[in-house]
Amino acid sequence: MTLFASISPMWLATRGAGVVAFLLLTTTMALGVAGVLRLQARGWPRFALDAIHRSAALLALVFVGVHVATTVLDGYVDVRWIDAVVPFASGYRTFFVGLGAVAFDILLALAISGILRQRIGHRTWRAIHWAAYACWPIALVHTIGTGSDSGSVWLLAVIALCCATVAAAVVARLGVLRGDPSPPAPPAAGRTTSTGRTRARAVAR
Amino acid sequence: MSRDGHQAERLEVDPIACAGHGLCAELLPELIELDDWGYPLLANGGEVPPELAALARRAADACPTLALHRLRVAAAAGVGRATP
Ligand code: SF4
Repeated sequence: MTLFASISPMWLATRGAGVVAFLLLTTTMALGVAGVLRLQARGWPRFALDAIHRSAALLALVFVGVHVATTVLDGYVDVRWIDAVVPFASGYRTFFVGLGAVAFDILLALAISGILRQRIGHRTWRAIHWAAYACWPIALVHTIGTGSDSGSVWLLAVIALCCATVAAAVVARLGVLRGDPSPPAPPAAGRTTSTGRTRARAVAR
Repeated sequence: MSRDGHQAERLEVDPIACAGHGLCAELLPELIELDDWGYPLLANGGEVPPELAALARRAADACPTLALHRLRVAAAAGVGRATP
């Protein structure tokens, strides 16, 4: 291995941003699953979980952007801008960089569908959002396969921690997969409560 | 939104889609409270005063099942404007 000092700062930034993005993706996934399971931290409002889930996802996207930009601008390896979105076209570690592009594409689709959720409707959004479960493992394999640091103990520790977190989340998610947590029956239409507020009326849809 | 001054907004909950997550009531307690089962109850028939429009939008966006709808209603169409 080359001496640390001889590696360009840009290349170090690439590696750092990649790891941070992966940590953020892990956080995003864990919070997303926790939201589905309706977990709630004591003293925290319920909307906080979802708000942090969205913020972490957006932040992950930012770090992936830095990761891509520094990789291309550094010029240390043969990766072009287009290789960030078109899978398996890069000259450098074609397969593993390609997986990174796949994960990036999925992440973009998740972000865009998330922003357009009101417009595309809950069903479509939900169908697209299942792809999140593919995004993370692909990013994981990209991290292990491409990472210049994948031999180092600290990165292995980070990866192990992330795997444990997501594994726990997925196991918990599978527990409720058979029937999504079924709430009590919807309220009857138009009933007026003692507080004088009217219940929402059924909307034919 | 209400730039022209003629657009009023009303909230409506789709009770089929609503899963009782209750996020909406946390974000818009001015207009939404939860019943004993955790389902939302709307004040004033769901009518949104202009000053709460931004919060109403945020609550609708936060709803995990998009069950909270924002409907445009013409103020002139005579939806009783409740003045506190
Ligand atoms: S946030 Fe949505 S699902 Fe939850 S109670 Fe409000 S309307 Fe129902």
